[in-house]
Amino acid sequence: MSWNWDVAKDFLPELGNGLLITLEATALGSVLAFALGLVWAMAFRSPTRFIRWPVAAVVEFIRNTPLLVQLFFFYYVLPTWDIKFSALTTGVIALGLHYSTYTAEVYRAGIDGVPKGQWEAATALSLSRGRTWTAVILPQAIRRVVPALGNYVIAMLKDSPMLALIGVVDMLQKARAEGASSFQYIEPYTMVGIAFIVIAYPASLLMRALERRLGH
Amino acid sequence: MTAGLWENWLLPGVWITIQLTLYSAVFAAVVAFGIGIARTSRLWIVRFLTGFYVEVFRGTSALVLMFWLFFVMPLAFQFQLVPMWAAVLALGLTYGAYGSEIVRGGIAAVAPAQREAAIALSFTPAQRMRRVILPQAIPEMIPPFNNLLIELLKATALVSAVSVADITFAAQLSRLATGDSLEIYAIILVLYFVLAFVLTRLMRLLERRAKAGIGQAPVKSGKGPLITRKLSARQEAEQSSNIITAGGAQ
Repeated sequence: MSWNWDVAKDFLPELGNGLLITLEATALGSVLAFALGLVWAMAFRSPTRFIRWPVAAVVEFIRNTPLLVQLFFFYYVLPTWDIKFSALTTGVIALGLHYSTYTAEVYRAGIDGVPKGQWEAATALSLSRGRTWTAVILPQAIRRVVPALGNYVIAMLKDSPMLALIGVVDMLQKARAEGASSFQYIEPYTMVGIAFIVIAYPASLLMRALERRLGH
Repeated sequence: MTAGLWENWLLPGVWITIQLTLYSAVFAAVVAFGIGIARTSRLWIVRFLTGFYVEVFRGTSALVLMFWLFFVMPLAFQFQLVPMWAAVLALGLTYGAYGSEIVRGGIAAVAPAQREAAIALSFTPAQRMRRVILPQAIPEMIPPFNNLLIELLKATALVSAVSVADITFAAQLSRLATGDSLEIYAIILVLYFVLAFVLTRLMRLLERRAKAGIGQAPVKSGKGPLITRKLSARQEAEQSSNIITAGGAQ
């Protein structure tokens, strides 16, 4: 083992910059995953099967294929359709879309957990469909799925290094660049690995505490 | 797309992906059962060390671990693995850590009276585990293991980043050679989907046999469209246990 503290110290600011991009991708990806997942979950509950079936098929397809390949798909195919995004935007879209298929399942469980009487009460009060969702069902459903959604944020954080493979300058990309230019591999890669543990472990403790608090 | 690409790159790539998935799954299963059973140990040091292992390997990213094994291990320890085996090691260690939680959950779900009965019959702890606990715990573990296997299959795509010639790697080469991004990536996605579908069906079969082996009726599929019902062991698994295996977080 030939750990060099000088190299580690020089890489630290780079790691910090990369960390910001990693966190940015995770945060934006989460927002997209939460929003799209809700759309899928509500579509599963649609009265017509012409919406339910295609949505279920698409969600199932996205969930059973690798995020990395989806990432390449968006990165290389979108420009041929004259849709041009930056690497980070493409990465956020792929990450958000992929994880929206997981959050959809979480929302679905939350929505199924709302007692049937609540739907009936909304019908009895002749609330419109939109009002039933926004004023009755969703406020009750979302509260109890927060810890499960949090777990997927941590999962997204750990999948975000894939974005480096399409050129997003996150922590892993910084480490790769450092290795390519100075042949210092040991310190950068080890520091990136440790950074993930240092962020993910307290976050998962927090989620477990939240789950206990909300009685799951 | 030209025929040569199929024969020379994509089909061998599919084979590499299948091999990677199988080897990593076997390695991950060994790790999962070893760590999962050790976490129920009476010795606190064993529980602490295995708990530490699980937190470390669940905390870090599989891709980062793979880069570490490829680039840091040869430099730091003068020890280099063949790319394929380094990939299997990285995937097995990561997914073994997730799997150990499934094993632990399955063991905890066995009725306490079964354990007590085994103690009353003066079984040794090893006999208790092998003859009473595990045979009842394993059928419970299969649906969450199915999810984990699909996650593992998808994670094998990461090995293309360290130049193992799996399907994803073959796709990148084909894209460079022909420029047909849309066709190639669409084909690759469908190939992964087919592999996932086959794996899910096989695991269903295994579950039915394991449940029948201990005299339980197989779980009936839930409602929902046909495609979803055929693939989503995931949904049933989430109902039967609280273990979320996807992508990594718990």
